[in-house]
Amino acid sequence: MTLTKNPPAAKPTLTQRGSSALGDRVFSWWTLGTGLLVLAVLGLILITTVREAWPAFDAMGLRFITERVWDPNPATGDAIFGALSFAYGTAVSSLIALLFAVPVSVGIALFLTELAPRRLRGPAVTVIDLLAAVPSVVFGLWGILVVAPALVPFYQWMHDVLGGVPLLGRLFGPVGSGRNFMTAGLILAIMVTPIITSITREVFSTVPRADKDAALALGATRWEMIRGAVFPHSFGGVVGAVMLGLGRAMGETIAVALVIGGATNITANLFAPGNSMAAVIVQQFGESTGTFTAALIGLGVVLFAMTVLINVFAQVVVRRAEARMKGSVA
Amino acid sequence: MTVTAPPATRPTASGPDLTRAALSGRRRFTNHLATAAIWFAVLLAVIPLALVTYTVIAKGGGVMSLSFLNEDIPNSYRRVGGGMGPAIVGTLLITGMAALMAIPLGVFGAIYLNEYGKQRPLARVIRLMADVMTGVPSIVMGLFVYISWVLLVGEQTGFAGALALACLMLPVVIRSSEEMLRLVPDELRQASMALGARKWKTTLTVVLPAAISGITSGSLLAVARAAGETAPIIIVTGIVFSPNWNLFDGSNTALPAQIFRNASQPFEAAQDRAWGAALTLIVIVLGFTIIARFISSRFAIKER
Repeated sequence: MTLTKNPPAAKPTLTQRGSSALGDRVFSWWTLGTGLLVLAVLGLILITTVREAWPAFDAMGLRFITERVWDPNPATGDAIFGALSFAYGTAVSSLIALLFAVPVSVGIALFLTELAPRRLRGPAVTVIDLLAAVPSVVFGLWGILVVAPALVPFYQWMHDVLGGVPLLGRLFGPVGSGRNFMTAGLILAIMVTPIITSITREVFSTVPRADKDAALALGATRWEMIRGAVFPHSFGGVVGAVMLGLGRAMGETIAVALVIGGATNITANLFAPGNSMAAVIVQQFGESTGTFTAALIGLGVVLFAMTVLINVFAQVVVRRAEARMKGSVA
Repeated sequence: MTVTAPPATRPTASGPDLTRAALSGRRRFTNHLATAAIWFAVLLAVIPLALVTYTVIAKGGGVMSLSFLNEDIPNSYRRVGGGMGPAIVGTLLITGMAALMAIPLGVFGAIYLNEYGKQRPLARVIRLMADVMTGVPSIVMGLFVYISWVLLVGEQTGFAGALALACLMLPVVIRSSEEMLRLVPDELRQASMALGARKWKTTLTVVLPAAISGITSGSLLAVARAAGETAPIIIVTGIVFSPNWNLFDGSNTALPAQIFRNASQPFEAAQDRAWGAALTLIVIVLGFTIIARFISSRFAIKER
């Protein structure tokens, strides 16, 4: 500003005025608008789905989530929409998925950060990337036509061996077609492994070099170093990664719809068919009308609320963990 | 260990033995066990990938032919033959339309986050919510578009599918583009500003071109993911058996939806078509992924 005052008018002014400042303002508002689009979409999802699902919520009240009967077209009386058995299916299949995926993912992440020889690291990352790139419907197709039939003898064997054990045996009941909670959980495990691996790996790689070297210098073996330096440092981040995996597993629709068997069922038997919330929506949406549609959208609302809560929690946990680690390095 | 070793290298009486052999058997065993477990974990990830790839190629290769890629879908699952032409057209059109909507919006969103918002509370909220939005199940996005678009226009169209896919891609594009913009050295911005360029001009003509390769590859990965999405397509685009080139009029279909519908049929003809469609889809998705990787490895900005 002061520059323009003292020298003669021949010098060009260095201030920017008028029209070009307008461009700046328009541009910044426009980018802000696109940023706000994210919030708008999330808000709109909540509002529109709740409004559309209201007839079902209104008719069922709290029974929508506590009732285990799902009967859209009863012979007599009103239709009953209880989501409990689907919520159960979602929970069981996701938990099975985590049970298998978490140890494997942590293992792969350790391999990539601590163990892998330099020339194996690239291929290992590629494997994980490719696993993430395969569309879920292809895993579903493979699951229903190849995995489910192939696992039946194995399930039968498990049932024969463990079925008689009290309490534990309940989990390994009679085997049907191979499309059941267990198969759904296994397919889900494959699908959530890449996401858990990639986040766990990022968290592991923020462990300070000094901590690891200190452990090794004290005479720790590699495993003792991992237990003593890597795990305590990254616990929070790993928890966040697992939660993200859980969110993915719960929301996965197509693969589960194909391999879980499609029965409204609450049972401890992992070899029995069931159904999950997301799968029911895609299976029954085409033939639904009126309150039935509203009820399916209601399932979507429950699913949306749960995944958003889990994701917010997981993101906050991961951010905290990463921020803390950056602090400790500096 | 033995006294016959050269006396000069190891103190005979004093000092602990620091060699690997001095580790107790238990510690050594645990270490080996853990190492073996980690290798096993990697193997466990390779097995399903190899099996899926093998089955899809073996079974899908059997039905693959030029006519499979061209012909209409038979309107009875039982019928032998036919192809996936309409689904391929649908996949390319719907995904392309979705990319056309989501990528520009996502890039501008990323510009807001990295160039304007930075660490302001609003920007942090948007960043968090974009991450959360990547976790929203695709089926919920399908329901959302069904309610707010299909019910509004009164028919299932390809465009509705594109809208749903765009919603799914948007947060991915935003976050990956932001990462790329962050890699652009500040010196470039300062140099441009020092030459008198406005901030919008700096951003569009200096910062964006510098990051464009990373943004392209991130966006292509988002497109690849979107091309494989099934649930929203089933809910909002309906189904057709012959190609529909108009996204705004009439139902449409896509490869993932066809795989889903055919996979659950007991008829061998339908299952064969599902495998063929799966192979086609994987080739399309892998194509995008490989191009993305190539661009990012070839033209990446070097991290300082």
